[in-house]
Amino acid sequence: MRDVSHPVELVSGAVAIGGRPVLRGVDLTVAAGEFVALMGANGSGKSTLVKALVGLRPLVTGELRLFGTPLDSFASWERVGFVPQRQGATSGVPASVWEVVASGRLSRRRLFRLLSSADRAAIDDALAVVGLTHRARDGISQLSGGQQQRALIARALAAEPELFFLDEPTAGVDLPHQQGLADALTELKARGATIVLVAHELGPLAPLVERSVVMRDGRVVYDGAPLGDVAVHDPHLGDALERGHHHRSGEVHDHAPHIGSPLDRG
Amino acid sequence: MEIFGLAFMQRALLAAVLCGLAAPAVGTYLVQRRLALMGDGIGHVAVTGVALGLLTGASPTWTAVVVAVLGATLMELIRERGHTNGDVALALLFYGGLAGGILLTGLGGQSTSRLQQFLFGSITTISASDVWVTLVLALVVVAVCVGLAPQLFAVAQDQEFAQVAGLRVRGYNLLVAVLAAVSVTVAMRTVGLLLVSALMVVPVATAQQLTRSFRTTLAAAMVIGMLASVGGLSLSALAPAGTTVAPGPTIVLLALAGFVVTWPVGAWLRHRQRLVAPFEPVVPTGHETTGPHTDHQHGPDCGHVAVEHGDHLDYVHGGHRHAPHGEHYDEH
Repeated sequence: MRDVSHPVELVSGAVAIGGRPVLRGVDLTVAAGEFVALMGANGSGKSTLVKALVGLRPLVTGELRLFGTPLDSFASWERVGFVPQRQGATSGVPASVWEVVASGRLSRRRLFRLLSSADRAAIDDALAVVGLTHRARDGISQLSGGQQQRALIARALAAEPELFFLDEPTAGVDLPHQQGLADALTELKARGATIVLVAHELGPLAPLVERSVVMRDGRVVYDGAPLGDVAVHDPHLGDALERGHHHRSGEVHDHAPHIGSPLDRG
Repeated sequence: MEIFGLAFMQRALLAAVLCGLAAPAVGTYLVQRRLALMGDGIGHVAVTGVALGLLTGASPTWTAVVVAVLGATLMELIRERGHTNGDVALALLFYGGLAGGILLTGLGGQSTSRLQQFLFGSITTISASDVWVTLVLALVVVAVCVGLAPQLFAVAQDQEFAQVAGLRVRGYNLLVAVLAAVSVTVAMRTVGLLLVSALMVVPVATAQQLTRSFRTTLAAAMVIGMLASVGGLSLSALAPAGTTVAPGPTIVLLALAGFVVTWPVGAWLRHRQRLVAPFEPVVPTGHETTGPHTDHQHGPDCGHVAVEHGDHLDYVHGGHRHAPHGEHYDEH
Protein backbone atom coordinates (compact mmCIF):
# COMPACT_ATOMS: atom_id res chain seq x y z
CA MET A 1 0.00 0.00 0.00
CA ARG A 2 1.27 3.42 -0.93
CA ASP A 3 0.26 6.49 0.94
CA VAL A 4 -0.43 8.65 -2.08
CA SER A 5 -1.82 6.77 -5.05
CA HIS A 6 -2.56 8.37 -8.36
CA PRO A 7 -6.06 7.91 -9.83
CA VAL A 8 -4.61 6.22 -12.92
CA GLU A 9 -1.34 4.29 -13.21
CA LEU A 10 -0.76 2.23 -16.32
CA VAL A 11 2.65 0.60 -16.77
CA SER A 12 3.67 -0.84 -20.16
CA GLY A 13 0.07 -1.64 -21.04
CA ALA A 14 -0.72 -3.57 -24.23
CA VAL A 15 -4.16 -4.28 -25.71
CA ALA A 16 -4.98 -6.68 -28.52
CA ILE A 17 -8.26 -6.73 -30.45
CA GLY A 18 -9.07 -9.95 -32.25
CA GLY A 19 -5.51 -11.19 -31.65
CA ARG A 20 -3.86 -8.17 -33.25
CA PRO A 21 -1.83 -5.92 -30.96
CA VAL A 22 -3.39 -2.47 -30.96
CA LEU A 23 -1.82 -0.65 -28.02
CA ARG A 24 1.80 -1.41 -27.20
CA GLY A 25 3.99 -0.25 -24.35
CA VAL A 26 1.71 2.48 -23.06
CA ASP A 27 2.75 4.14 -19.81
CA LEU A 28 0.32 6.67 -18.41
CA THR A 29 0.06 8.13 -14.94
CA VAL A 30 -2.58 10.72 -14.19
CA ALA A 31 -2.26 12.67 -10.95
CA ALA A 32 -5.25 13.76 -8.88
CA GLY A 33 -6.86 16.93 -10.22
CA GLU A 34 -5.16 16.78 -13.62
CA PHE A 35 -7.00 17.55 -16.88
CA VAL A 36 -5.46 15.36 -19.57
CA ALA A 37 -6.41 15.36 -23.25
CA LEU A 38 -5.75 12.12 -25.14
CA MET A 39 -5.34 13.09 -28.75
CA GLY A 40 -4.46 11.55 -32.07
CA ALA A 41 -5.82 10.69 -35.49
CA ASN A 42 -8.64 8.20 -36.12
CA GLY A 43 -7.41 4.71 -35.40
CA SER A 44 -4.47 5.88 -33.28
CA GLY A 45 -5.82 3.93 -30.30
CA LYS A 46 -6.97 6.76 -28.06
CA SER A 47 -10.49 5.37 -27.53
CA THR A 48 -9.07 1.87 -27.05
CA LEU A 49 -6.77 3.27 -24.36
CA VAL A 50 -9.70 4.83 -22.49
CA LYS A 51 -11.66 1.57 -22.72
CA ALA A 52 -8.64 -0.26 -21.33
CA LEU A 53 -8.38 2.25 -18.48
CA VAL A 54 -11.99 1.60 -17.39
CA GLY A 55 -11.66 -2.17 -17.79
CA LEU A 56 -13.76 -2.58 -20.93
CA ARG A 57 -10.75 -3.88 -22.88
CA PRO A 58 -8.50 -6.39 -21.11
CA LEU A 59 -4.76 -5.78 -21.00
CA VAL A 60 -2.61 -8.42 -22.66
CA THR A 61 0.38 -7.33 -20.62
CA GLY A 62 1.12 -4.48 -18.27
CA GLU A 63 -0.33 -3.37 -15.01
CA LEU A 64 -3.21 -0.99 -14.42
CA ARG A 65 -3.99 0.51 -11.04
CA LEU A 66 -6.97 2.78 -10.30
CA PHE A 67 -6.56 4.77 -7.08
CA GLY A 68 -3.71 2.44 -6.18
CA THR A 69 -5.77 -0.76 -6.51
CA PRO A 70 -5.01 -3.27 -9.28
CA LEU A 71 -7.92 -3.34 -11.75
CA ASP A 72 -8.80 -6.98 -11.00
CA SER A 73 -9.57 -6.20 -7.38
CA PHE A 74 -10.91 -2.67 -7.95
CA ALA A 75 -14.52 -2.38 -6.77
CA SER A 76 -15.03 1.31 -5.99
CA TRP A 77 -16.61 2.05 -9.36
CA GLU A 78 -18.58 4.95 -7.87
CA ARG A 79 -15.24 6.84 -7.90
CA VAL A 80 -15.04 6.52 -11.69
CA GLY A 81 -17.29 8.35 -14.12
CA PHE A 82 -17.35 7.16 -17.73
CA VAL A 83 -18.89 9.10 -20.62
CA PRO A 84 -18.93 6.80 -23.67
CA GLN A 85 -19.33 7.96 -27.23
CA ARG A 86 -22.81 9.27 -27.80
CA GLN A 87 -24.43 6.48 -29.84
CA GLY A 88 -25.82 4.90 -26.66
CA ALA A 89 -28.11 7.74 -25.60
CA THR A 90 -31.35 6.41 -27.07
CA SER A 91 -32.87 2.93 -27.10
CA GLY A 92 -35.99 1.16 -28.30
CA VAL A 93 -38.20 2.44 -25.47
CA PRO A 94 -38.63 6.10 -24.49
CA ALA A 95 -36.59 7.21 -21.49
CA SER A 96 -36.65 10.59 -19.80
CA VAL A 97 -33.50 12.64 -19.30
CA TRP A 98 -33.98 12.23 -15.55
CA GLU A 99 -34.10 8.43 -15.84
CA VAL A 100 -30.92 8.29 -17.92
CA VAL A 101 -29.10 10.53 -15.46
CA ALA A 102 -30.50 8.55 -12.50
CA SER A 103 -29.02 5.34 -13.96
CA GLY A 104 -25.60 6.86 -13.26
CA ARG A 105 -26.36 6.64 -9.57
CA LEU A 106 -26.51 2.81 -9.64
CA SER A 107 -22.89 2.34 -8.61
CA ARG A 108 -23.87 3.77 -5.23
CA ARG A 109 -27.25 2.03 -4.88
CA ARG A 110 -28.02 -1.35 -3.37
CA LEU A 111 -30.39 -3.85 -4.99
CA PHE A 112 -34.16 -3.53 -4.38
CA ARG A 113 -33.81 -0.15 -2.64
CA LEU A 114 -35.67 3.02 -3.52
CA LEU A 115 -33.77 6.23 -4.24
CA SER A 116 -32.65 7.99 -1.08
CA SER A 117 -32.85 11.76 -0.71
CA ALA A 118 -29.08 11.91 -1.16
CA ASP A 119 -29.49 10.07 -4.49
CA ARG A 120 -32.14 12.53 -5.64
CA ALA A 121 -30.03 15.51 -4.60
CA ALA A 122 -27.02 14.16 -6.54
CA ILE A 123 -29.16 13.60 -9.65
CA ASP A 124 -30.61 17.12 -9.45
CA ASP A 125 -27.15 18.57 -8.97
CA ALA A 126 -25.76 16.65 -11.95
CA LEU A 127 -28.59 17.99 -14.13
CA ALA A 128 -27.91 21.52 -12.90
CA VAL A 129 -24.18 21.34 -13.67
CA VAL A 130 -24.84 20.52 -17.33
CA GLY A 131 -27.73 23.00 -17.54
CA LEU A 132 -30.48 20.47 -18.31
CA THR A 133 -32.67 20.91 -15.21
CA HIS A 134 -35.52 22.32 -17.31
CA ARG A 135 -35.38 19.32 -19.70
CA ALA A 136 -35.38 16.62 -16.96
CA ARG A 137 -38.89 15.32 -17.80
CA ASP A 138 -38.40 15.36 -21.56
CA GLY A 139 -37.51 12.26 -23.52
CA ILE A 140 -33.80 11.85 -24.16
CA SER A 141 -34.45 11.43 -27.87
CA GLN A 142 -35.99 14.92 -28.01
CA LEU A 143 -32.65 16.52 -27.10
CA SER A 144 -30.15 17.75 -29.67
CA GLY A 145 -26.82 15.94 -30.06
CA GLY A 146 -24.96 18.38 -27.83
CA GLN A 147 -27.66 18.17 -25.15
CA GLN A 148 -27.60 14.36 -25.26
CA GLN A 149 -23.85 14.50 -24.74
CA ARG A 150 -24.38 16.76 -21.72
CA ALA A 151 -27.00 14.33 -20.37
CA LEU A 152 -24.40 11.54 -20.59
CA ILE A 153 -21.95 13.70 -18.66
CA ALA A 154 -24.64 14.29 -16.02
CA ARG A 155 -25.18 10.52 -15.84
CA ALA A 156 -21.48 10.02 -15.03
CA LEU A 157 -21.63 12.93 -12.61
CA ALA A 158 -24.59 11.51 -10.66
CA ALA A 159 -22.38 8.99 -8.85
CA GLU A 160 -20.20 11.90 -7.65
CA PRO A 161 -16.97 10.37 -8.98
CA GLU A 162 -13.46 11.76 -8.55
CA LEU A 163 -12.13 10.54 -11.89
CA PHE A 164 -13.79 11.15 -15.25
CA PHE A 165 -13.15 9.49 -18.60
CA LEU A 166 -14.82 11.17 -21.57
CA ASP A 167 -14.64 9.49 -24.97
CA GLU A 168 -14.94 12.05 -27.79
CA PRO A 169 -17.55 14.27 -26.12
CA THR A 170 -17.21 16.89 -28.84
CA ALA A 171 -17.67 14.56 -31.82
CA GLY A 172 -20.56 15.73 -33.97
CA VAL A 173 -21.41 18.63 -31.65
CA ASP A 174 -21.48 22.14 -33.16
CA LEU A 175 -19.42 24.99 -31.71
CA PRO A 176 -22.08 26.75 -29.58
CA HIS A 177 -22.95 23.43 -27.92
CA GLN A 178 -19.27 22.59 -27.46
CA GLN A 179 -19.14 25.77 -25.39
CA GLY A 180 -21.92 24.35 -23.18
CA LEU A 181 -19.81 21.22 -22.73
CA ALA A 182 -16.78 23.31 -21.87
CA ASP A 183 -18.80 25.14 -19.19
CA ALA A 184 -19.83 21.85 -17.60
CA LEU A 185 -16.24 20.57 -17.62
CA THR A 186 -14.99 23.86 -16.14
CA GLU A 187 -17.37 23.33 -13.24
CA LEU A 188 -16.12 19.74 -12.76
CA LYS A 189 -12.51 20.89 -12.80
CA ALA A 190 -13.30 23.58 -10.23
CA ARG A 191 -14.66 20.84 -7.97
CA GLY A 192 -11.27 19.12 -8.08
CA ALA A 193 -12.16 16.23 -10.41
CA THR A 194 -9.47 14.38 -12.37
CA ILE A 195 -10.41 14.37 -16.04
CA VAL A 196 -9.14 12.26 -18.93
CA LEU A 197 -10.66 13.39 -22.20
CA VAL A 198 -10.38 11.75 -25.61
CA ALA A 199 -10.63 14.32 -28.34
CA HIS A 200 -10.04 14.58 -32.02
CA GLU A 201 -10.06 18.36 -31.79
CA LEU A 202 -10.22 20.39 -28.61
CA GLY A 203 -12.05 23.50 -29.83
CA PRO A 204 -13.51 25.45 -26.86
CA LEU A 205 -12.11 22.83 -24.45
CA ALA A 206 -8.51 23.86 -25.21
CA PRO A 207 -8.12 26.37 -22.33
CA LEU A 208 -9.02 23.66 -19.80
CA VAL A 209 -6.35 21.18 -20.87
CA GLU A 210 -3.25 20.99 -18.67
CA ARG A 211 -1.49 18.13 -20.41
CA SER A 212 -1.68 16.55 -23.84
CA VAL A 213 -0.97 12.90 -24.54
CA VAL A 214 -0.76 12.16 -28.25
CA MET A 215 -1.26 8.64 -29.59
CA ARG A 216 -0.09 7.39 -32.94
CA ASP A 217 -0.44 3.82 -34.17
CA GLY A 218 -1.09 2.49 -30.67
CA ARG A 219 1.85 4.18 -28.98
CA VAL A 220 2.23 7.38 -27.02
CA VAL A 221 4.33 9.75 -29.12
CA TYR A 222 3.99 12.86 -26.99
CA ASP A 223 3.23 13.51 -23.34
CA GLY A 224 3.61 17.01 -22.04
CA ALA A 225 2.38 20.58 -22.23
CA PRO A 226 -0.91 21.19 -24.09
CA LEU A 227 -0.67 21.17 -27.88
CA GLY A 228 -2.79 22.96 -30.43
CA ASP A 229 -5.07 21.02 -32.78
CA VAL A 230 -2.61 21.42 -35.65
CA ALA A 231 0.55 20.48 -33.74
CA VAL A 232 -1.01 17.13 -32.75
CA HIS A 233 -1.00 16.02 -36.39
CA ASP A 234 2.61 17.05 -37.07
CA PRO A 235 4.12 13.80 -38.40
CA HIS A 236 7.44 14.49 -36.71
CA LEU A 237 5.87 15.07 -33.31
CA GLY A 238 7.59 12.99 -30.70
CA ASP A 239 10.89 12.71 -32.55
CA ALA A 240 12.43 14.87 -29.88
CA LEU A 241 10.75 12.89 -27.12
CA GLU A 242 13.27 10.59 -25.48
CA ARG A 243 11.78 7.18 -25.97
CA GLY A 244 15.04 5.30 -26.30
CA HIS A 245 16.10 3.50 -29.45
CA HIS A 246 13.50 3.79 -32.14
CA HIS A 247 13.97 3.08 -35.84
CA ARG A 248 12.33 5.37 -38.27
CA SER A 249 11.98 4.46 -41.88
CA GLY A 250 11.90 8.09 -42.89
CA GLU A 251 8.57 7.91 -44.67
CA VAL A 252 5.40 8.55 -42.74
CA HIS A 253 2.60 6.13 -43.40
CA ASP A 254 -1.08 6.77 -42.98
CA HIS A 255 -2.81 5.05 -40.07
CA ALA A 256 -6.35 5.96 -40.98
CA PRO A 257 -8.27 2.99 -42.41
CA HIS A 258 -7.90 2.76 -46.14
CA ILE A 259 -10.95 3.53 -48.19
CA GLY A 260 -10.72 0.15 -49.93
CA SER A 261 -12.24 -1.61 -46.92
CA PRO A 262 -14.76 0.87 -45.53
CA LEU A 263 -16.80 -1.74 -43.67
CA ASP A 264 -13.96 -3.27 -41.66
CA ARG A 265 -13.87 -2.33 -38.01
CA GLY A 266 -11.06 -0.05 -36.96
CA MET B 1 -72.84 -14.22 -17.89
CA GLU B 2 -73.08 -17.35 -15.75
CA ILE B 3 -70.00 -18.63 -17.60
CA PHE B 4 -67.86 -16.44 -15.34
CA GLY B 5 -69.05 -18.44 -12.34
CA LEU B 6 -67.59 -21.67 -13.69
CA ALA B 7 -64.35 -22.92 -12.14
CA PHE B 8 -62.52 -23.41 -15.44
CA MET B 9 -63.38 -19.86 -16.50
CA GLN B 10 -62.17 -18.39 -13.23
CA ARG B 11 -58.89 -20.27 -13.60
CA ALA B 12 -58.59 -19.00 -17.15
CA LEU B 13 -59.23 -15.40 -16.03
CA LEU B 14 -56.58 -15.66 -13.32
CA ALA B 15 -54.07 -17.03 -15.84
CA ALA B 16 -54.98 -14.25 -18.28
CA VAL B 17 -54.40 -11.52 -15.69
CA LEU B 18 -50.97 -12.93 -14.79
CA CYS B 19 -49.79 -13.46 -18.37
CA GLY B 20 -51.05 -10.05 -19.31
CA LEU B 21 -48.88 -8.51 -16.59
CA ALA B 22 -45.76 -10.66 -16.96
CA ALA B 23 -45.31 -10.80 -20.75
CA PRO B 24 -45.19 -7.01 -21.39
CA ALA B 25 -42.97 -6.51 -18.31
CA VAL B 26 -40.22 -8.59 -19.92
CA GLY B 27 -41.20 -7.36 -23.37
CA THR B 28 -40.33 -3.78 -22.39
CA TYR B 29 -36.71 -4.77 -21.80
CA LEU B 30 -36.60 -6.75 -25.05
CA VAL B 31 -37.97 -3.80 -27.03
CA GLN B 32 -35.51 -1.50 -25.27
CA ARG B 33 -32.67 -3.76 -26.49
CA ARG B 34 -34.22 -3.76 -30.00
CA LEU B 35 -34.81 -7.50 -29.66
CA ALA B 36 -38.57 -7.34 -30.17
CA LEU B 37 -38.59 -10.67 -32.01
CA MET B 38 -36.61 -12.57 -29.40
CA GLY B 39 -39.84 -13.69 -27.71
CA ASP B 40 -40.91 -15.18 -31.03
CA GLY B 41 -37.61 -17.04 -31.29
CA ILE B 42 -37.93 -18.42 -27.79
CA GLY B 43 -41.51 -19.44 -28.60
CA HIS B 44 -40.26 -21.52 -31.54
CA VAL B 45 -37.59 -23.18 -29.40
CA ALA B 46 -40.16 -23.94 -26.69
CA VAL B 47 -42.10 -26.07 -29.22
CA THR B 48 -39.34 -28.66 -28.88
CA GLY B 49 -39.72 -28.46 -25.11
CA VAL B 50 -43.47 -29.10 -25.30
CA ALA B 51 -42.93 -32.02 -27.69
CA LEU B 52 -40.34 -33.50 -25.33
CA GLY B 53 -42.89 -33.34 -22.55
CA LEU B 54 -45.55 -35.00 -24.69
CA LEU B 55 -43.08 -37.69 -25.78
CA THR B 56 -41.76 -38.55 -22.33
CA GLY B 57 -44.98 -38.06 -20.40
CA ALA B 58 -43.47 -35.29 -18.30
CA SER B 59 -45.38 -32.05 -17.78
CA PRO B 60 -45.06 -30.08 -21.06
CA THR B 61 -45.05 -26.83 -19.07
CA TRP B 62 -41.88 -27.75 -17.23
CA THR B 63 -40.05 -29.27 -20.19
CA ALA B 64 -40.95 -26.12 -22.13
CA VAL B 65 -39.53 -23.95 -19.36
CA VAL B 66 -36.27 -25.90 -19.36
CA VAL B 67 -35.81 -25.97 -23.14
CA ALA B 68 -36.86 -22.32 -23.53
CA VAL B 69 -34.40 -21.20 -20.83
CA LEU B 70 -31.60 -23.18 -22.52
CA GLY B 71 -32.52 -21.73 -25.92
CA ALA B 72 -32.71 -18.18 -24.59
CA THR B 73 -29.34 -18.53 -22.87
CA LEU B 74 -27.80 -19.83 -26.07
CA MET B 75 -29.31 -16.91 -28.03
CA GLU B 76 -27.92 -14.44 -25.49
CA LEU B 77 -24.46 -16.00 -25.71
CA ILE B 78 -24.54 -15.85 -29.52
CA ARG B 79 -25.62 -12.21 -29.31
CA GLU B 80 -22.88 -11.41 -26.80
CA ARG B 81 -20.21 -12.79 -29.11
CA GLY B 82 -21.40 -10.05 -31.43
CA HIS B 83 -20.90 -11.91 -34.70
CA THR B 84 -21.99 -9.86 -37.65
CA ASN B 85 -24.28 -12.69 -38.73
CA GLY B 86 -25.79 -13.11 -35.26
CA ASP B 87 -29.31 -12.86 -36.64
CA VAL B 88 -28.64 -15.77 -38.97
CA ALA B 89 -27.44 -17.86 -36.03
CA LEU B 90 -30.64 -16.96 -34.17
CA ALA B 91 -32.76 -17.91 -37.19
CA LEU B 92 -31.05 -21.33 -37.28
CA LEU B 93 -32.02 -21.82 -33.65
CA PHE B 94 -35.66 -20.76 -34.23
CA TYR B 95 -36.25 -23.17 -37.08
CA GLY B 96 -34.36 -25.96 -35.37
CA GLY B 97 -36.70 -25.57 -32.40
CA LEU B 98 -39.88 -25.60 -34.47
CA ALA B 99 -38.82 -28.50 -36.70
CA GLY B 100 -37.55 -30.49 -33.72
CA GLY B 101 -40.86 -30.05 -31.94
CA ILE B 102 -42.97 -31.21 -34.86
CA LEU B 103 -40.68 -34.18 -35.48
CA LEU B 104 -40.73 -35.26 -31.83
CA THR B 105 -44.53 -35.01 -31.69
CA GLY B 106 -44.77 -37.33 -34.70
CA LEU B 107 -42.30 -39.78 -33.18
CA GLY B 108 -44.34 -39.93 -30.00
CA GLY B 109 -47.38 -40.94 -32.01
CA GLN B 110 -49.23 -37.85 -30.83
CA SER B 111 -51.40 -36.10 -33.31
CA THR B 112 -50.45 -32.52 -34.01
CA SER B 113 -53.76 -31.44 -32.48
CA ARG B 114 -52.26 -31.97 -29.03
CA LEU B 115 -49.33 -29.79 -30.03
CA GLN B 116 -51.77 -27.27 -31.42
CA GLN B 117 -53.08 -26.55 -27.92
CA PHE B 118 -49.65 -25.13 -27.18
CA LEU B 119 -49.06 -23.52 -30.55
CA PHE B 120 -52.30 -21.55 -30.50
CA GLY B 121 -53.20 -21.62 -26.81
CA SER B 122 -56.06 -23.27 -25.00
CA ILE B 123 -56.61 -21.17 -21.93
CA THR B 124 -59.93 -22.74 -21.06
CA THR B 125 -58.44 -26.22 -20.67
CA ILE B 126 -55.92 -25.05 -18.10
CA SER B 127 -55.88 -27.28 -15.00
CA ALA B 128 -55.77 -26.21 -11.36
CA SER B 129 -52.13 -27.26 -10.98
CA ASP B 130 -51.19 -25.41 -14.17
CA VAL B 131 -52.76 -22.27 -12.73
CA TRP B 132 -50.52 -22.54 -9.69
CA VAL B 133 -47.42 -22.93 -11.83
CA THR B 134 -48.49 -19.96 -13.95
CA LEU B 135 -49.20 -17.92 -10.83
CA VAL B 136 -45.81 -18.53 -9.23
CA LEU B 137 -43.76 -18.08 -12.41
CA ALA B 138 -45.63 -14.92 -13.41
CA LEU B 139 -45.23 -13.39 -9.97
CA VAL B 140 -41.49 -14.11 -10.05
CA VAL B 141 -41.19 -12.50 -13.50
CA VAL B 142 -43.13 -9.38 -12.46
CA ALA B 143 -41.24 -9.04 -9.16
CA VAL B 144 -37.84 -9.24 -10.85
CA CYS B 145 -38.80 -6.97 -13.76
CA VAL B 146 -40.13 -4.27 -11.44
CA GLY B 147 -37.75 -4.73 -8.51
CA LEU B 148 -34.59 -4.72 -10.61
CA ALA B 149 -35.93 -2.11 -13.04
CA PRO B 150 -33.11 0.44 -12.39
CA GLN B 151 -30.39 -2.14 -13.05
CA LEU B 152 -32.10 -3.79 -16.03
CA PHE B 153 -32.84 -0.37 -17.52
CA ALA B 154 -29.22 0.76 -17.19
CA VAL B 155 -27.81 -2.42 -18.72
CA ALA B 156 -30.18 -2.30 -21.68
CA GLN B 157 -29.71 1.44 -22.18
CA ASP B 158 -25.90 1.46 -22.32
CA GLN B 159 -24.01 -1.76 -21.69
CA GLU B 160 -20.53 -0.22 -21.53
CA PHE B 161 -21.60 2.44 -19.08
CA ALA B 162 -23.34 -0.13 -16.88
CA GLN B 163 -20.18 -2.24 -16.78
CA VAL B 164 -18.05 0.73 -15.73
CA ALA B 165 -20.66 1.48 -13.05
CA GLY B 166 -19.77 -1.92 -11.60
CA LEU B 167 -22.89 -3.84 -12.68
CA ARG B 168 -22.50 -7.50 -13.72
CA VAL B 169 -23.70 -6.89 -17.25
CA ARG B 170 -23.46 -10.49 -18.41
CA GLY B 171 -25.49 -11.69 -15.45
CA TYR B 172 -28.25 -9.17 -16.12
CA ASN B 173 -28.30 -10.02 -19.82
CA LEU B 174 -28.73 -13.69 -19.02
CA LEU B 175 -31.38 -12.80 -16.44
CA VAL B 176 -33.44 -10.99 -19.09
CA ALA B 177 -33.08 -13.97 -21.44
CA VAL B 178 -34.23 -16.37 -18.72
CA LEU B 179 -37.14 -14.08 -17.75
CA ALA B 180 -38.19 -13.93 -21.39
CA ALA B 181 -38.08 -17.73 -21.63
CA VAL B 182 -40.14 -18.11 -18.46
CA SER B 183 -42.78 -15.62 -19.55
CA VAL B 184 -43.02 -17.31 -22.96
CA THR B 185 -43.91 -20.57 -21.24
CA VAL B 186 -46.23 -18.79 -18.84
CA ALA B 187 -48.13 -17.24 -21.73
CA MET B 188 -48.11 -20.26 -24.03
CA ARG B 189 -51.31 -21.69 -22.53
CA THR B 190 -53.05 -18.33 -22.93
CA VAL B 191 -52.17 -17.13 -26.42
CA GLY B 192 -50.03 -19.98 -27.73
CA LEU B 193 -46.37 -20.19 -28.59
CA LEU B 194 -46.79 -18.72 -32.06
CA LEU B 195 -48.54 -15.60 -30.73
CA VAL B 196 -46.76 -15.17 -27.41
CA SER B 197 -44.38 -12.55 -28.75
CA ALA B 198 -47.39 -10.36 -29.60
CA LEU B 199 -48.36 -10.14 -25.93
CA MET B 200 -44.76 -9.17 -25.10
CA VAL B 201 -44.33 -6.52 -27.78
CA VAL B 202 -47.68 -5.04 -28.83
CA PRO B 203 -48.58 -3.56 -25.38
CA VAL B 204 -45.13 -1.93 -25.25
CA ALA B 205 -45.53 -0.49 -28.74
CA THR B 206 -48.97 0.82 -27.73
CA ALA B 207 -47.74 2.32 -24.45
CA GLN B 208 -44.82 4.16 -25.99
CA GLN B 209 -47.11 6.04 -28.36
CA LEU B 210 -48.12 8.17 -25.40
CA THR B 211 -45.25 7.95 -22.91
CA ARG B 212 -41.97 9.80 -22.60
CA SER B 213 -40.33 7.96 -19.71
CA PHE B 214 -39.29 4.36 -19.23
CA ARG B 215 -41.16 3.80 -15.99
CA THR B 216 -44.50 4.96 -17.35
CA THR B 217 -43.92 2.82 -20.46
CA LEU B 218 -43.30 -0.25 -18.31
CA ALA B 219 -46.34 0.37 -16.11
CA ALA B 220 -48.64 1.27 -19.00
CA ALA B 221 -47.54 -1.77 -21.04
CA MET B 222 -48.38 -4.06 -18.11
CA VAL B 223 -51.83 -2.49 -17.68
CA ILE B 224 -52.53 -2.66 -21.42
CA GLY B 225 -51.34 -6.28 -21.57
CA MET B 226 -53.63 -7.24 -18.72
CA LEU B 227 -56.64 -5.41 -20.19
CA ALA B 228 -56.10 -7.02 -23.60
CA SER B 229 -55.67 -10.44 -22.09
CA VAL B 230 -58.74 -10.31 -19.82
CA GLY B 231 -60.79 -8.47 -22.46
CA GLY B 232 -59.91 -10.95 -25.19
CA LEU B 233 -60.80 -13.90 -23.00
CA SER B 234 -64.11 -12.34 -21.96
CA LEU B 235 -65.02 -11.52 -25.56
CA SER B 236 -64.40 -15.10 -26.64
CA ALA B 237 -66.41 -16.42 -23.69
CA LEU B 238 -69.34 -14.15 -24.49
CA ALA B 239 -69.41 -15.09 -28.16
CA PRO B 240 -72.88 -16.30 -29.20
CA ALA B 241 -73.41 -20.04 -28.98
CA GLY B 242 -72.53 -21.89 -32.16
CA THR B 243 -69.57 -19.72 -33.10
CA THR B 244 -66.01 -20.61 -32.11
CA VAL B 245 -64.01 -17.59 -31.00
CA ALA B 246 -60.55 -18.75 -29.92
CA PRO B 247 -59.25 -16.76 -26.93
CA GLY B 248 -55.59 -16.57 -28.04
CA PRO B 249 -56.11 -14.74 -31.33
CA THR B 250 -58.85 -12.59 -29.77
CA ILE B 251 -56.40 -11.37 -27.11
CA VAL B 252 -53.75 -10.56 -29.70
CA LEU B 253 -56.18 -8.82 -32.05
CA LEU B 254 -57.58 -6.79 -29.14
CA ALA B 255 -54.03 -5.71 -28.22
CA LEU B 256 -53.39 -4.74 -31.84
CA ALA B 257 -56.67 -2.80 -31.90
CA GLY B 258 -55.35 -0.83 -28.94
CA PHE B 259 -52.25 0.01 -30.94
CA VAL B 260 -54.29 1.06 -33.97
CA VAL B 261 -56.33 3.40 -31.76
CA THR B 262 -53.36 4.99 -29.97
CA TRP B 263 -50.98 5.26 -32.91
CA PRO B 264 -52.70 8.26 -34.58
CA VAL B 265 -52.81 10.01 -31.20
CA GLY B 266 -49.09 9.35 -30.70
CA ALA B 267 -48.27 10.44 -34.24
CA TRP B 268 -50.26 13.65 -33.76
CA LEU B 269 -48.55 14.36 -30.41
CA ARG B 270 -45.09 13.83 -31.92
CA HIS B 271 -45.99 16.04 -34.90
CA ARG B 272 -47.26 18.73 -32.53
CA GLN B 273 -44.08 18.48 -30.45
CA ARG B 274 -41.91 19.02 -33.52
CA LEU B 275 -43.96 22.08 -34.55
CA VAL B 276 -43.66 23.86 -31.21
CA ALA B 277 -40.02 22.95 -30.53
CA PRO B 278 -38.25 26.26 -29.77
CA PHE B 279 -36.31 27.91 -32.61
CA GLU B 280 -32.58 28.50 -32.16
CA PRO B 281 -32.27 31.84 -30.31
CA VAL B 282 -30.54 33.52 -33.26
CA VAL B 283 -32.05 36.89 -34.17
CA PRO B 284 -31.84 37.91 -37.84
CA THR B 285 -29.43 40.76 -38.48
CA GLY B 286 -31.66 42.85 -40.73
CA HIS B 287 -35.02 44.34 -39.78
CA GLU B 288 -37.45 43.03 -42.36
CA THR B 289 -41.06 43.78 -41.61
CA THR B 290 -44.06 41.85 -42.89
CA GLY B 291 -46.82 43.09 -45.09
CA PRO B 292 -49.78 44.62 -43.22
CA HIS B 293 -51.86 42.23 -41.14
CA THR B 294 -55.00 44.37 -41.36
CA ASP B 295 -57.46 41.52 -41.00
CA HIS B 296 -55.50 39.43 -38.50
CA GLN B 297 -54.02 39.99 -35.07
CA HIS B 298 -51.52 37.33 -33.91
CA GLY B 299 -52.16 36.23 -30.35
CA PRO B 300 -52.70 33.23 -28.09
CA ASP B 301 -55.98 32.33 -29.83
CA CYS B 302 -55.17 33.37 -33.40
CA GLY B 303 -54.96 29.79 -34.62
CA HIS B 304 -51.34 29.94 -35.79
CA VAL B 305 -48.62 27.85 -34.15
CA ALA B 306 -46.68 29.99 -31.67
CA VAL B 307 -43.06 28.89 -31.23
CA GLU B 308 -40.64 30.07 -28.57
CA HIS B 309 -37.76 32.02 -30.10
CA GLY B 310 -35.32 33.46 -27.59
CA ASP B 311 -37.31 35.92 -25.44
CA HIS B 312 -40.44 36.11 -27.63
CA LEU B 313 -42.86 34.04 -29.68
CA ASP B 314 -42.78 33.59 -33.46
CA TYR B 315 -46.13 32.95 -35.17
CA VAL B 316 -45.76 30.42 -37.98
CA HIS B 317 -47.94 30.66 -41.07
CA GLY B 318 -47.50 30.27 -44.81
CA GLY B 319 -43.79 29.42 -44.52
CA HIS B 320 -43.05 32.58 -42.50
CA ARG B 321 -42.12 33.24 -38.90
CA HIS B 322 -43.75 36.47 -37.71
CA ALA B 323 -42.53 38.10 -34.50
CA PRO B 324 -44.63 40.92 -32.99
CA HIS B 325 -42.69 44.19 -32.94
CA GLY B 326 -44.65 47.17 -31.68
CA GLU B 327 -47.53 47.75 -34.12
CA HIS B 328 -46.19 45.47 -36.88
CA TYR B 329 -44.55 42.07 -37.34
CA ASP B 330 -40.95 41.21 -38.19
CA GLU B 331 -39.86 38.36 -40.46
CA HIS B 332 -37.73 36.03 -38.32
